[in-house]
Amino acid sequence: MMQARQRDSLFVASVKDSLGGALVAFALACVMVGLKVDVASGRGAELFLEHRWLAVAIAVALVFVVRLGMNMFFWKREDAPSLGLSGFLPKGGLGDGSTNLLKYGMLVLAVALPFALMYYLGSRGSRQYIDLAILVLTYVMLGWGLNIVVGLAGLLDLGYVAFYAVGAYSYALLAHYFGFSFWICLPLAGILAAFWGIILGFPVLRLRGDYLAIVTLAFGEIIRVVLLNWYEFTGGPDGLSGIPRPSFFGLEFTRGEGGFADFFGLKYNSIHRIIFLYYLIFIMAMFTNFVTMRLRRMPIGRAWEALREDEIACRALGINTTNTKLTAFALGAMFGGFAGSFFATRQGFISPESFTFLESAIILAIVVLGGLGSQVGVVIASIVMIGGFEMFREFEEYRMLVFGIIMVVIMVWKPRGLVSSRTPSVALSKNAKGISADLVQEGHG
Amino acid sequence: MSAQQPLLSIRGVETFYGKIQALHGVDLDVYDGEIVTLIGANGAGKSTLMMTVCGTPQARNGSVTYCGEDITYKPTFEIMRTGIAQSPEGRRIFPRMTVLENLMMGGMVAGNEHFEEDLRRAFELFPRLKERQQQRGGTLSGGEQQMLAIARALMSRPRLLLLDEPSLGLAPIIVSQIFEAIAELNRADGLTVFLVEQNAYHALKLAHRGYVMVNGTITMTGTGKELLSREEVKAAYLEGGAH
Ligand SMILES: Nc1ncnc2c1ncn2[C@@H]1O[C@H](COP(=O)(O)OP(=O)(O)OP(=O)(O)O)[C@@H](O)[C@H]1O
Ligand SMILES: [Mg+2]
Repeated sequence: MMQARQRDSLFVASVKDSLGGALVAFALACVMVGLKVDVASGRGAELFLEHRWLAVAIAVALVFVVRLGMNMFFWKREDAPSLGLSGFLPKGGLGDGSTNLLKYGMLVLAVALPFALMYYLGSRGSRQYIDLAILVLTYVMLGWGLNIVVGLAGLLDLGYVAFYAVGAYSYALLAHYFGFSFWICLPLAGILAAFWGIILGFPVLRLRGDYLAIVTLAFGEIIRVVLLNWYEFTGGPDGLSGIPRPSFFGLEFTRGEGGFADFFGLKYNSIHRIIFLYYLIFIMAMFTNFVTMRLRRMPIGRAWEALREDEIACRALGINTTNTKLTAFALGAMFGGFAGSFFATRQGFISPESFTFLESAIILAIVVLGGLGSQVGVVIASIVMIGGFEMFREFEEYRMLVFGIIMVVIMVWKPRGLVSSRTPSVALSKNAKGISADLVQEGHG
Repeated sequence: MSAQQPLLSIRGVETFYGKIQALHGVDLDVYDGEIVTLIGANGAGKSTLMMTVCGTPQARNGSVTYCGEDITYKPTFEIMRTGIAQSPEGRRIFPRMTVLENLMMGGMVAGNEHFEEDLRRAFELFPRLKERQQQRGGTLSGGEQQMLAIARALMSRPRLLLLDEPSLGLAPIIVSQIFEAIAELNRADGLTVFLVEQNAYHALKLAHRGYVMVNGTITMTGTGKELLSREEVKAAYLEGGAH
């Protein structure tokens, strides 16, 4: 009797877990396997998108079956569904071998991606995918930036897009009025955004939770409305165009003499710039990650996390909560600003339309879905969200609906996000483990 | 002892929560090397007094002096860097952080040059914490959480330790352990302790001196033994006799 029950619940748990895995696989496979660009034969060289739903179905089914089998006969644990990333990994918290493997796997994949795409699809066919990858990486960077504010410091910021806008407009305006280049403007944009982060930070320091959320929401809208209405300066709804493109150590990506291709003896191809932009945002995102991970191990990073958990206790321990919050705001804003100026230089054109509340919501969703405070989670959530957005492009009017549903499902299935375990930032012994957040769902003991 | 200047001196403190007055002119002294306890019924204002010492909320009238310096209107984080440490009501450990990380947070003010040594001492005092150093704070038992709250406060190398109801919700044996640890800290390290307690019997037995608070004012004071033998104290706070 007992045994039967046990086996039964093992089965239920395994099925649940495998469904979860299949869901993640579906989301990923849709983007990576489901879409294929081809050049239509006959009608000139027009690109068209080919759907390969069968391949997606096979991939999903494969993940489900293998995962179920592993759960039932190999791992034999009921707690399998409680793990982050259950679709791909066996038992293990963030920070131990298997997740590290995932991290490095993703890193290698990210580095190799443009070349792999070029190799298989040629420069024509891969362009669209590299563009998509750039977009995903931009959101990864934004997610990591916001993660400092929301995930680590626990300050609910609904107006993060404001800093993205400040960064984008800083670059666009500095280039427009003073002719500054991207490489000068990049740090300036970050500093300006950080400055605005502090400006916003001051009035909201005393606020918490819902109130903070409302004020930051308002701040985001104010910035957008100002950009929209200050016609003489920002171009209002017309936006700013002709934003200069970044150079590669002074080499422009132009045809002809003195250009990038010419210098390296390559044949000119517009894909060079796209690949350059890809690595640029990749490096910027990795820099964000590096700084965040570094800070997490330093007193300020620990203070952020402590602040998220209990502000009163923080003060009782002699932590200056004012400064702690301000630095979180400023740093988060700074990375938003960097990403913004990248956005401006990539698009070559910006207008207030790109900085609506929806952007804030998407970035926040990425952070929350990824599991507040988890760096890997942000990457996965960005791939799923942004990839998903692109995929459902043709069903424009339904995609918000689909995304609403997916978010609800994920939050029900994993209330603490996709990667919910938190790695302790300090350990004396070697065998420190990440402990699944499901163990600590209660509030203050 | 009474000849010297008190380490902590509270004079005529009045604290308000909005319009509600919680403290009505409290006078209280804690001398160097003492254990002083404050007992009183629920809602008397004990926690409020302790928090007023720490500067949240700040006193509207009166003064708090520590080491001869007026700290009444200093910001909390600065007060907590002058050698005062607190284990607040409800423990308030960080639930998602490990025991070790919690202790590290406590030691942040002191800097990290003594961290290892302080950690060893904390583990000596509460060996249970050593076994559980990688466990999350929120998953500790109530008693373990209390030990952690005290150990965390000690990590800042305080001269004055403020404890708010360390025995709350704990089994008698754990209460004894915690009180023994407090006595030991006082005896061996000369740590000054200001202890707020509901558990009047234990607290008065442990403390050198005690105060009784009723509705935001001090109504009685004396040595621990004196207060324990007073009829009013027995009637109001020691019902059921000695434990
Ligand atoms: N943040 C607050 N806002 C408003 N009133 C408060 C607040 N905190 C405490 N009070 C009130 O102040 C009074 C004293 O509260 P306090 O917490 O100091 O009591 P206490 O003596 O510590 O009680 P207990 O033994 O139950 O912990 C109570 O009447 C309480 O309702
Ligand atoms: Mg109290």
